Amino acid sequence: MCLAIPMKIIKIEDNLATAEISGAKYKANIDLVPDVKIGEYIIVHAGFAIEKLDEESAMETLRIWQDVADFHDNREKR
Amino acid sequence: MTIEKSDSMNYIEEYRDSKITRAILQEIFRHNKFINTNYMEICGGHTVAIFKHGLRDTLPANIKLLSGPGCPVCVTDISFIDEAIELAKKKNVIIATFGDMLRVPGSYSSLMKEKSTGADIRICYSAMDSLKIAENNPDKEVVFIGVGFETTAPAIGVTIKTAKQKRLQNFSVLSSHKTMPNAIRALLDADEVAINGFICPGHVSAITGTTMYDFVAKEYNIPCVISGFEPSDILETILMLMKQTNTGEAKVENQYTRGVKKEGNLKALEILNDVFVPIDIKWRGIGLIPSSGLGISRRYSEFDTRKKIKIDLPLPKEISGCICGEIMRGVKTPKDCTLFAKVCNPENPQGACMVSAEGSCGTYYRYMPDMKK
Repeated sequence: MCLAIPMKIIKIEDNLATAEISGAKYKANIDLVPDVKIGEYIIVHAGFAIEKLDEESAMETLRIWQDVADFHDNREKR
Repeated sequence: MTIEKSDSMNYIEEYRDSKITRAILQEIFRHNKFINTNYMEICGGHTVAIFKHGLRDTLPANIKLLSGPGCPVCVTDISFIDEAIELAKKKNVIIATFGDMLRVPGSYSSLMKEKSTGADIRICYSAMDSLKIAENNPDKEVVFIGVGFETTAPAIGVTIKTAKQKRLQNFSVLSSHKTMPNAIRALLDADEVAINGFICPGHVSAITGTTMYDFVAKEYNIPCVISGFEPSDILETILMLMKQTNTGEAKVENQYTRGVKKEGNLKALEILNDVFVPIDIKWRGIGLIPSSGLGISRRYSEFDTRKKIKIDLPLPKEISGCICGEIMRGVKTPKDCTLFAKVCNPENPQGACMVSAEGSCGTYYRYMPDMKK
């Protein structure tokens, strides 16, 4: 039940955001994350955005693992 | 190779990249000390992700994953289901609920059975939908069935606050909301199963922050890692737990940094603390746990169903043969249940763990076809 999906905000009207994932659009109440902006990603749970996704830390995690993957790849090629 | 943000990034696919999951798995095998280790995923969402992506089969044989008590539908006590059913029978009541509560068996009926015999039960995507139902039905009392952990409760808090602003007289919440910390403590104090680390729930932690688990590391010396829900998140979490296990450390780490801040969501916590107060509450399979539930605070008592409507409950009758309780405590698995896939299946669930999409039994049933034979 704690299922929550990352979605991109495409429109904000008062406390209601229209958010998109893979072309599907949903409405999400943003009372719990009042500072979000269009273009940002939110985690949506049961019709409410419960948190904003932090782009910088998301990219950092991916970069670290991409480096480890490249390291393993190169070692296998040698 | 460097990764830059692109328009196609959606915070899902990137974390399912096989190149990255393979790299993490290589690290897991490199750090494996071949000691039997049990890590418990508390959250039902993690259980589903682990099965859906086949992660159990990819891990070293000595690393065992146990499913914990983190499916809110599953841990809802049968007496609460009975309470909802009794309300549904009342002529002037409309029940508004998330869909997964519908099929949960009570002692003698279910909301689904009541609906089929004429009870007015409406399924909501968001709790806010129930306010619209209340506005459109001023002659009826609309009761929202409040089930869920810290992830869900702030949303119900916003709904109750909005009802107060709108001065709605015919809306209330039957709250069975629960909080994690004392349930984890109860599980550890029962000492029924060896747990060497916790995969901590990402979306509960998005609300609560990371310090909620400090007592687990400090008092019980058990490593905790807060995890995201994609395959590479869960594998990285397991790797982080293994590193702690290998060095004998026990601390709280956060793998899901993109969604969880140390302090949590302060706005959501403010609403949670305004609308709710801690209460003792019964957990299915575990029993009464002090201060592990959320009752509606005095300030919002006009939206507390139990303060508005008298509910006479039948004597609770547990389901014979169902071992949901032991499964949620990690002591047994659905494989040990004599009802599983014989008389209990998603079409005809005997226990709550088979009903919920996140329940252990439902997950085993969907993702382990061999077990249905």
